[in-house]
Amino acid sequence: MSTVKLDITKEHCPMTFVKTKIALSKLQTGEILEVLLVEGEPLQNVPKSSREQGYKVLEVSHVEGLVHKVLIEK
Amino acid sequence: MDTTEITSLIQPKEPKKLSIISFSGDFDKLVATFTLATGAAATGYEVNIFFTFWGLDAIKEKKGRAFVGKGFLGKIFGFLMGGLHSAPVSRLNFCGISPKIFRYLMRKKNVATLEELVEAAKALEVNMYACEMAMHILGLQKSDFIHEVKDVLGVATFLDISEGGRTLFI
Repeated sequence: MSTVKLDITKEHCPMTFVKTKIALSKLQTGEILEVLLVEGEPLQNVPKSSREQGYKVLEVSHVEGLVHKVLIEK
Repeated sequence: MDTTEITSLIQPKEPKKLSIISFSGDFDKLVATFTLATGAAATGYEVNIFFTFWGLDAIKEKKGRAFVGKGFLGKIFGFLMGGLHSAPVSRLNFCGISPKIFRYLMRKKNVATLEELVEAAKALEVNMYACEMAMHILGLQKSDFIHEVKDVLGVATFLDISEGGRTLFI
């Protein structure tokens, strides 16, 4: 199962959500999106809104400093 | 099961729908419109934007100043109103210098510019509509707008489309 990587650590609202949504829309069902994001709004809401839209959040883990990794399956 | 859970089962949740009446053609207000629209669309909302009066400038095919519109007065107004690239800020415009400074600051601080937000709205398939009445006054036709504009509407249809969600006037 292939994994696509997306770094939104330098993005701000609303592009954090926009880039995640566009990246997810390009995936095939079953593929995984690995998102690197920072604490605060992106960490709180990217996994939440992905779940609400029917995607499966497989993992949310701390990478370093403010950066976290979220694995989302389409 | 507590009272809140029972209430949420009895009363269906409000549909995730955001409708925006984009009246202002000001740069800052268009940034607000498209930030809300793209943020909402990316988080699963159905988003409708109804462009009217000055707001129509944001969806013109010609982005700068151009003699768009029918009739002499229509063309003059079309030129004076301009398009997305010539949108003034609502305060401290300084003859059009401020929007250039804003665009520079937005790029420098890695915040999406107005043009990037409009492109994102297109990619997220935000529903964009133009106001029939305002188009008639200004002598504009659907072909004067970007092709992503879905339809030309009147108030009654917009109210039908926006029913059941939240509506904002910007």
